[in-house]
Amino acid sequence: MTTTSHGDVYIPFEEAMSRYEPIIGIETHVELGTNSKMWCGCSTDFGSDANTQVCPVCLGLPGSMPVVNRVAVESTIRIGLALNCNIAQWCRFARKNYFYPDMPKDYQISQYDEPLCYDGYLDVTVDTPDGPQVFRVEIERVHMEEDTGKLTHTGGATGRIHGAEYSLVDYNRAGIPLIEIVTKTVIGTGSLAPEVAKAYVKELRDVMRALGVSDVRMEEGSMRCDVNLSLNKPGDGWGTRSETKNVNSLRSVERAVRSEIERQASVLDNGGRVIQETRHFHEDTGRSTSGRSKEQAEDYRYFPEPDLVPVAPSLDWVEELRAGLPEMPSVKRARLKEEWNINDFELASLANSGALDLVEATIAIGVDSVAARKWWTGELLRVANEQGVELEALRVAPQDIQQVEALITSGALNDKLARQVFEGILASEGTVEEIIATRGLAVVSDDGALLAAIDEALAAAPDVAEKILSGKIQAAGAVVGAVMKATKGQADAAKVRALLLERLGVSE
Amino acid sequence: MTSISRADVAHLGRLARLELTESELDHYSEQLDVILQSVARISEVAADDIPPMSHPIPMVNVFRDDVVKPSLTREEALAAAPATEDDRFRVPRILDEE
Repeated sequence: MTTTSHGDVYIPFEEAMSRYEPIIGIETHVELGTNSKMWCGCSTDFGSDANTQVCPVCLGLPGSMPVVNRVAVESTIRIGLALNCNIAQWCRFARKNYFYPDMPKDYQISQYDEPLCYDGYLDVTVDTPDGPQVFRVEIERVHMEEDTGKLTHTGGATGRIHGAEYSLVDYNRAGIPLIEIVTKTVIGTGSLAPEVAKAYVKELRDVMRALGVSDVRMEEGSMRCDVNLSLNKPGDGWGTRSETKNVNSLRSVERAVRSEIERQASVLDNGGRVIQETRHFHEDTGRSTSGRSKEQAEDYRYFPEPDLVPVAPSLDWVEELRAGLPEMPSVKRARLKEEWNINDFELASLANSGALDLVEATIAIGVDSVAARKWWTGELLRVANEQGVELEALRVAPQDIQQVEALITSGALNDKLARQVFEGILASEGTVEEIIATRGLAVVSDDGALLAAIDEALAAAPDVAEKILSGKIQAAGAVVGAVMKATKGQADAAKVRALLLERLGVSE
Repeated sequence: MTSISRADVAHLGRLARLELTESELDHYSEQLDVILQSVARISEVAADDIPPMSHPIPMVNVFRDDVVKPSLTREEALAAAPATEDDRFRVPRILDEE
């Protein structure tokens, strides 16, 4: 049993799971990647100077009126269809009233009892000791709303709300189209609850990527999760749930579920009662701290948004969007596994490293599948891990691999030189041709130059030449190595070997 | 019998961040009650086949294209703010909220 500085007590996960069953629910917010905001034409670019992407509408100035972004509705319908939801034939926006300066209007336009999409599901796969296991996560609803402004708390010692003297607000993010995806309660996961939660969020992220509706960067906040969790003893009714907010990485989803199971189990073990509250997850400790108590139900006084008319997507529109859906990630994985003739483990490692789409794109432009996998999951993944970025964030494009592979095939490059080409690309030194030219990376294919290097190496090691001549052909390796060294690796080792044997008049 | 209690009005006052005196609570309870009773009379004649409407004109799907339009300049955006700092709106510290 461990106690944190906040007074929360935890018992080991396995012990908790021996007495309790977890029930989880996940709310995910996704910022849509539209050009303009939900209700106005302000840009949605990330990282701009504070308060430079605001207008009377998203500042809530008197007399301004919102108008719905068509692409945001379209994206939401596509998300709903991808998650096997029903699409409402008629639904409205609702005004959610609350006082907090992250929304200058003092309300957020959201959807309440009439979400655009409802009753869907997403199947997720979790690796277990017995092999992959599929869980169906049912989707309660997908609704449209707007993101809020960004607050910076100033004056306090910790930079958090408590102790802050005042707050500074940047409204660039206010009004960016936001989608909330709410699961139904997920039961029956047992001790796989942390893995199922993580797998769900990951699959959801992959679906969003496939749809191209969001950049889903959890570290930049364009995808954020809240995890609801309760425990009960087998056979008993459901327990009281807590809601853990601020869960902003895939790893944290898993950790947040695990941590909350360990905490609630300890509370229940000691005859305590789990409080219905909002908790805040902390990346650094992997634990959450108690936030606002939700004992008193929130009173947002939702009512139909009077400034907007209902959304009533026609069946034709919905069917047109359905027909245009891309291949879903799970379908694609199954297809590639077969096409590339790889096993579950190889597939999982490709998918987990984010290499799947890159490898597929590389193969699509003619690169051999083994070579494409080798570069992405070998050298390039190593660099990405070293730099702590996603593979796709590297500057290398499938076309670069295609060019390099073509040069290897023609004998102009070898593996070692190819690695140097990629090193150059990663360092923004230019195109493949430019890097080869400026770094002088061409394989030395001039026989004269190679023969001169071979003669030099033989002269330096006369005993080796004798060994080869006496039939110990494996001794040739030492000469080849010396030539490769002399040419700074810019020779084709097989060719050097052939030339050497020819020089000595030895045949294999 | 009144359809809104004094406690309801006090609660709504808190939600709206309005500080209401005892006499104001009495006053608004009476006024809101009249309004609610008037609305209740409409409910009496509204049958199930007449859905509640939230917009006076029966129209749907008013959309705009996803096109970026110029925003205000930062100076314009911050012009009406009571206090600013570091190009941001400066607001009092917030407690007891998220």
